[in-house]
Amino acid sequence: MQHKVIDVKDVVIRFAGDSGDGMQLTGSLFADMSAIYGNGLATFPDYPPEIRAPHGTVSGVSGFQVHIGNGHVNTPGDYCDMLIAMNPAALMANARWCKREAMILVDADTFDQKGMQKAGFHSNNPFEELGVDDRAIIPAPISTLTEESLKDSGLDAKSIHKCKNMFTLGMACFIYSRPLEYIYGYIEKKFARKHPEMIEPNKKVLNDGYNYAAAIQAVPNTYEVEPAHDLEPGLYRNITGNQAIAWGLLAASEKSGLPLFCGSYPITPATAILEELALHKSLGAKTLQAEDEIAGICTAIGAAFAGNLAVTTTSGPGLSLKSEALGLAVMTELPLVIVDVQRGGPSTGLPTKTEQTDLNQALYGRNGECPIPVIAAHSPAHCFDAAFTAAKIALEHMTPVILLSEGFLGNGSEPWHIPSMCDYPEIKAPFVNGLLPEGEKFHPYERDPETLVRRWAIPGQKGLEHRIGGLEKNHFGVLSNDPANHETMVREREQKVELIARDLPELEVHGPQKGKLLVVSWGGTFGHVLSAWNECSTDDVAFAHFDSIFPLPSNTREVFGRYERILVCELNCGQFAGWLRARLPEFEYRQCNKVQGQPFLVNEIVKAIKENL
Amino acid sequence: MAVLTAKDFKSDQLARWCPGCGDHAVLAALQRALPKVSQALAYEKERYVVVSGIGCSSRLPYYMDTYGFHSIHGRATAISTGIKVANPNLTVWQACGDGDALAIGGNHFIHAIRRNIDINVILFNNRIYGLTKGQYSPTSKFGAITKTSPYGTVEHPFNPGSLVLGAKGTFFARSLDVELALNEEIMTAAALHDGCSVMEMLVNCVIFNDGAHKDISDPSVRADRTIILRQGEKMVFGKNRDKGLVFDGSCLKVVTIGEDGVSLDDILTHDAHSNNIGLQMALVDMKGPDFPVALGVIRDVKDVTYDDGVRDQLKEVARKSTIHCVDDLLRSGSTWEVK
Repeated sequence: MQHKVIDVKDVVIRFAGDSGDGMQLTGSLFADMSAIYGNGLATFPDYPPEIRAPHGTVSGVSGFQVHIGNGHVNTPGDYCDMLIAMNPAALMANARWCKREAMILVDADTFDQKGMQKAGFHSNNPFEELGVDDRAIIPAPISTLTEESLKDSGLDAKSIHKCKNMFTLGMACFIYSRPLEYIYGYIEKKFARKHPEMIEPNKKVLNDGYNYAAAIQAVPNTYEVEPAHDLEPGLYRNITGNQAIAWGLLAASEKSGLPLFCGSYPITPATAILEELALHKSLGAKTLQAEDEIAGICTAIGAAFAGNLAVTTTSGPGLSLKSEALGLAVMTELPLVIVDVQRGGPSTGLPTKTEQTDLNQALYGRNGECPIPVIAAHSPAHCFDAAFTAAKIALEHMTPVILLSEGFLGNGSEPWHIPSMCDYPEIKAPFVNGLLPEGEKFHPYERDPETLVRRWAIPGQKGLEHRIGGLEKNHFGVLSNDPANHETMVREREQKVELIARDLPELEVHGPQKGKLLVVSWGGTFGHVLSAWNECSTDDVAFAHFDSIFPLPSNTREVFGRYERILVCELNCGQFAGWLRARLPEFEYRQCNKVQGQPFLVNEIVKAIKENL
Repeated sequence: MAVLTAKDFKSDQLARWCPGCGDHAVLAALQRALPKVSQALAYEKERYVVVSGIGCSSRLPYYMDTYGFHSIHGRATAISTGIKVANPNLTVWQACGDGDALAIGGNHFIHAIRRNIDINVILFNNRIYGLTKGQYSPTSKFGAITKTSPYGTVEHPFNPGSLVLGAKGTFFARSLDVELALNEEIMTAAALHDGCSVMEMLVNCVIFNDGAHKDISDPSVRADRTIILRQGEKMVFGKNRDKGLVFDGSCLKVVTIGEDGVSLDDILTHDAHSNNIGLQMALVDMKGPDFPVALGVIRDVKDVTYDDGVRDQLKEVARKSTIHCVDDLLRSGSTWEVK
């Protein structure tokens, strides 16, 4: 049959199924394919902590949302144009994310009495029960058709069952006018070595899904999203935040000429950084999977003492365990990057969900007066620059630096205009160069009068033997209990961090340079707040985003002074707002907060902006 | 290369341990051993890094004129590991106590041994928490009366040697603070060993656990209650050198040479290089009153070290890889051109 092809600006597709149905893979294949096609995109994986939760239950539903557009895409989208639900539980969990005109594609084979009961439906019409019966519903017998497609493949029933996601992906490719070639290539590469017998069946089932969608009347129209028109020319790739952090650290290693050392313990959602770094031994990256979080940071501190670019990666609970060692890094004034990919807390909390609730921990979570610079990444691709900056600050200012990312950024992806390393600055650590004059000793806590940064003497260098440690010392590096010395050192360590602001970009304002309301955000809420600001852009509303939390950009006070009110949007109960109130108490702050383990919806921020105008 | 002496390893800081503390003697032995090690291996002084955790013995780095890192409680082993992996050319020595290494830092301790990272760990065992003024430690004897066990502990102590061998450690030695010459010997052997070397030093705490090891260290009983094991030598001990160790079935037994037809030939010969961990474990576990406490290098076997493994893998992967700089990496895999 003939389908009408409709050109659209952007679409949001949500893939949902059991946690073993391969929805993360299906979604990311669709995203990668769209990226290569040239679309702007953003992705949002939303999955449960269990590897295989009870089959068919709502708690086991794994989702992957992808937003593709013919221009730059800021967010993964609030609501979807198409929901693909592989079972009743997936429908139950995700129907509320469907737009009014959305299509809902379901595997009709799974909507039997038992399946619907397990998902918690009480009637025989799940669509009516959820109030989505007016949407364009495509009930396709995906399980049966997959079995049919592969009945002569020689595969066993279990392997055939696993190919359902490829059938579904084939259907989605037809509906959104995507060519199958990219996926063919992926299938060939994935199975070439270990399971070459899986290549043809997967391609066949993908193709059959595509053809099935083309043949049925239930698919009313197909859609075309043109390649993005506003992308700068150049080479692009799709990148996740976790991958970008790993690569940004490798870039800092290259630009500083120091080998990268990463001591980490696996923790969701940060593990992928350690996994990624472990791949790149050819760039000299040493990864040590430590026995615990504390060993992760302590091996890194040892590596920093020995002259490496040292890193430890973790999430909130791991950062808690590292607190004492963070103090040691502050006291010994060694360069160290601590990456915290935040998740829902407290305690184990919501391990696979996103939040910005570790800001207070990053700023304050240590004993003593213990200042550590805190910077935050604002999008998956920006994680590269944020990691590079964190390492540059650490090495040039001889301090630990906390880089905050979020599960939303770490697992999410977007197209990235690949930079050239020649456009990045050299990183120059304050090494003690050469031998000291005869009879002169190296004093580890002597500071540069301008920056208050101490010098770095790497073990192995003749004549620079010295001792550092967690006890308070004087400028000569000698243990000191002297009251005045302690206060001097405390204030110098604090001042050293404040002075970093001179090396950071100023706060940039979008929109009117003065007015009623300045909307501010930090971290991964950038895209949502930007979209919301775009939607209600008036002469009265401006927007500014913070990539550096401590120190704040040097012009922050001056910028804030030009607006009547500041609206602080963040995924916590107001931690950044609290920080701003403490540092810049003279302004009027309003808050827009959400703590549900989920990103903002753009319309939630729009509403807050309107309420505070 | 200049010949180093013990004086070269002494810093300008005065050791602030209590007079009579066993730690003084261990420090002196280390300052005497390192010049010999440097001579044997052609090491410059700047190669040495001394790391410690927290506790009385952890002050040691301040008294050594080497690179030093006085870290936090229990974490010395993790910091040493990071230093060695980051720069395998450095020679890492570590000072830690029984509480530091076996209680709060127990996890790092066993994992460093498991990995066989090439560091030299001096474990100062005085069976008490000294710096916090007298609480029981994981090596305090069952029933020990301390400030936190006024009615006696109801906990079994660790035998550090059993832990090391249980984690398949490649080097374990034990000695007493008062055995100066033996300590130098042990430290030299540890330095020559590639892999994680653990030296348990049984030290006295004059203030909070005076006589911690008196039952074996007192000159009047030492020869009868300890046995110094040396590679290739018969396991003989006693004031008159007439006692020895033999196998009785699968167990060790103390015999007297010249009695019951036992001759020197019947006595076991010590082989620290043997992979027979069963016998070494039995030697480590010996205690009075039936057995002498074993001193000396009990186990010293070769195995792959973690730092070598890391270095070799880096080289091997780099040799095969097509990615040699970050620009290569950024352009690897799936990319597309926007024109």
